[in-house]
Amino acid sequence: MRIALFATCLADTMFPAAAKATVQLLERLGHEVAFPAQQTCCGQMHINTGYQKDALPLVRRHVRTFAPYDVVVAPSGSCVGSVRHQHAMVARRFGDEGLAGRADDVASRTYELSELLVDVLKVEDVGAYYPHRVTYHPTCHSLRVLRVGDKPLRLLRNVRGLDLVELPEAEQCCGFGGTFAIKNADTSTAMLADKMRHVLDTGADVCTAGDSSCLMHIGGGLSRLRTGVRTVHLAEILASTEVS
Amino acid sequence: MSTFLGMPATAPRGVGNLRGDQPFPEAARTALGNAQLRRNLAHATTTIRAKSARVVGELPDWQRLRDAGSALKAYTMAHLPELLEQLEERVVAAGGVVHWAADANEANQIVTDLVRATGHDRVIKVKSMATQEIGLNEALEAAGIEPVETDLAELIVQLGHDKPSHILVPAIHRNRAEIREIFLREMPGVDPALTDEPAVLAGAARRYLRETFLRTKVAVSGANFAVAETGTLAVVESEGNGRMCLTLPETLITVMGVEKVVPAWRDLEVFLQLLPRASTGERMNPYTSMWTGVTPGDGPQNFHLVLLDNGRSAVLADEVGRQALHCIRCSACLNVCPVYERTGGHAYGSVYPGPIGAVLSPQLTGVEDNASLPYASTLCGACFDACPVKIDIPAILVHLREQHVEAGKRPTPESIAMAAAAYTMDHPRLYAAAQRAAKLSRIVGRRGRGLPPPLNGWTTGRDVPAPPKQTFRDWWAGR
Repeated sequence: MRIALFATCLADTMFPAAAKATVQLLERLGHEVAFPAQQTCCGQMHINTGYQKDALPLVRRHVRTFAPYDVVVAPSGSCVGSVRHQHAMVARRFGDEGLAGRADDVASRTYELSELLVDVLKVEDVGAYYPHRVTYHPTCHSLRVLRVGDKPLRLLRNVRGLDLVELPEAEQCCGFGGTFAIKNADTSTAMLADKMRHVLDTGADVCTAGDSSCLMHIGGGLSRLRTGVRTVHLAEILASTEVS
Repeated sequence: MSTFLGMPATAPRGVGNLRGDQPFPEAARTALGNAQLRRNLAHATTTIRAKSARVVGELPDWQRLRDAGSALKAYTMAHLPELLEQLEERVVAAGGVVHWAADANEANQIVTDLVRATGHDRVIKVKSMATQEIGLNEALEAAGIEPVETDLAELIVQLGHDKPSHILVPAIHRNRAEIREIFLREMPGVDPALTDEPAVLAGAARRYLRETFLRTKVAVSGANFAVAETGTLAVVESEGNGRMCLTLPETLITVMGVEKVVPAWRDLEVFLQLLPRASTGERMNPYTSMWTGVTPGDGPQNFHLVLLDNGRSAVLADEVGRQALHCIRCSACLNVCPVYERTGGHAYGSVYPGPIGAVLSPQLTGVEDNASLPYASTLCGACFDACPVKIDIPAILVHLREQHVEAGKRPTPESIAMAAAAYTMDHPRLYAAAQRAAKLSRIVGRRGRGLPPPLNGWTTGRDVPAPPKQTFRDWWAGR
């Protein structure tokens, strides 16, 4: 299958390992990956901070860039959530019904990584090897906007060598929330403190999730505390093999 | 009825409890420093979440009940003027008197005049969000009338000269040692040997309240529901204090937000299942009191219903925001909210805290009077999942954030940065150049270093990730 990668601006710029791992994983599974170079950002930060007007050209760009592809994948529940639940809304907000229709169309073919693997490619064992103790944080947008459910866990359970430990209070938000992390820094770090305590309680050496943004937040806190616990994107774990 | 020309008015300033003294982030900072509060909140919200989840899980048709509740509320909002007129007609036919209050000032004046006309100078009160919203207690006190809150938690708040911090559990921020001190200091006739045993504290409140119930002739209540079809008012509660207030006095005055009306008697079947399970985690609330006008020889012989707007028509005029009027005040969204769990209710500044407060208060007052509240959320979506009438709170938050941004007349550092970012993101070559520039920031990005304002909020508790040597884009180009 030919799959277009929507890398997301955050992974492209700050966490390329997550996007590279997505490519390597899909190619290992025998699929062809395309990276449409005109892509930038889905506009979620603008939309969620109140700048829908500024987001409109980004929505238009995203829809134009990905319209030619049958399947689009992103290593982010949050960005896929925005594509699926906000793009058409923004287009309608500014009276562009045509764009809204095309946005809905692109959205219907856009998947978060675990959705693509389990629902579209029908694979739960991707042949990965990752000999670490790992705990999984279900990010809010993958959980409550996309409803990925236990798909990431099913993928992780099939990874050779991986010791999966359950995260207490897993479904509580880590406190990132985009610009919330800056505007309400004190509340954000209070939420983070509890999330980190739960991560540390598991004794895991790796905390994984499907969103680089939440991992940047959790990882930034774990690093500040010198805990030695790392954050690693789900795609990177799934891309790992005994050879790598 | 009067005819509106232009947009309906928002709740007036200078009266009531819809506006805080501080923006949310500052008020939250104070609350976050209170270890006792953090412990109380975490314990209380965790307990009630589990209890509610258990009883919600028992109902195989919970999702369909939510759909029904949502549909009934949407119907009600679409037919609000007709339903209110029908309600008025039925209440009057049953011997009640109906008053229309455009805002908090009018409602306070109406209630004060009604109490004065009885010749009494004390009222007993059933816990009510609407009267807290309009600051009725303050207005009555200014007129020389003593309001006595009879819900235990509300009484603790009142005696402590405090503000409620939760819709359902107003004194959630207090512990029993503090409650003992408040009772010893403020409760008339209290036993000086009072201990902080919960049963002893409840016993003291019971003695004081029993005496007050028996010697007070006027009561003020809110309403959970009002049935347009029959003119029936309903109050649900747990302690029985409401039942006392609704049946013992000679005069009953009910202040009700206009959105509380439901079309038909059978609609209560849906809401009386949804409310207790979402709210207290009970299958059925202990006391459900219903009354229709006046029944000769039984209960209050004078009944007044005050229908309160106070900004609700303005909320109704907003196509996205109007769902906030569907709220049945269960507080399920507070109990699941990770922000509320850390900050408590006072940080929201309004009598309506938590996620529902963050969408309701700014709409009732106009968004600029509560501009920080729509941002007091990570948009995690837990509130939407918990809401028994399926209010899409995250969508309203995003909508109100846009209203706030659009209301800004002058550019701000944020709006300039957002416009610049959007422009860059819409020009891939500029975007790639900006990515390369980001790599230069590898120096500032080192562990433990601070970022300049406004990004310094990040580095107070988190390290900044070091930008990678190569972006994904560059890696892809070089394959």
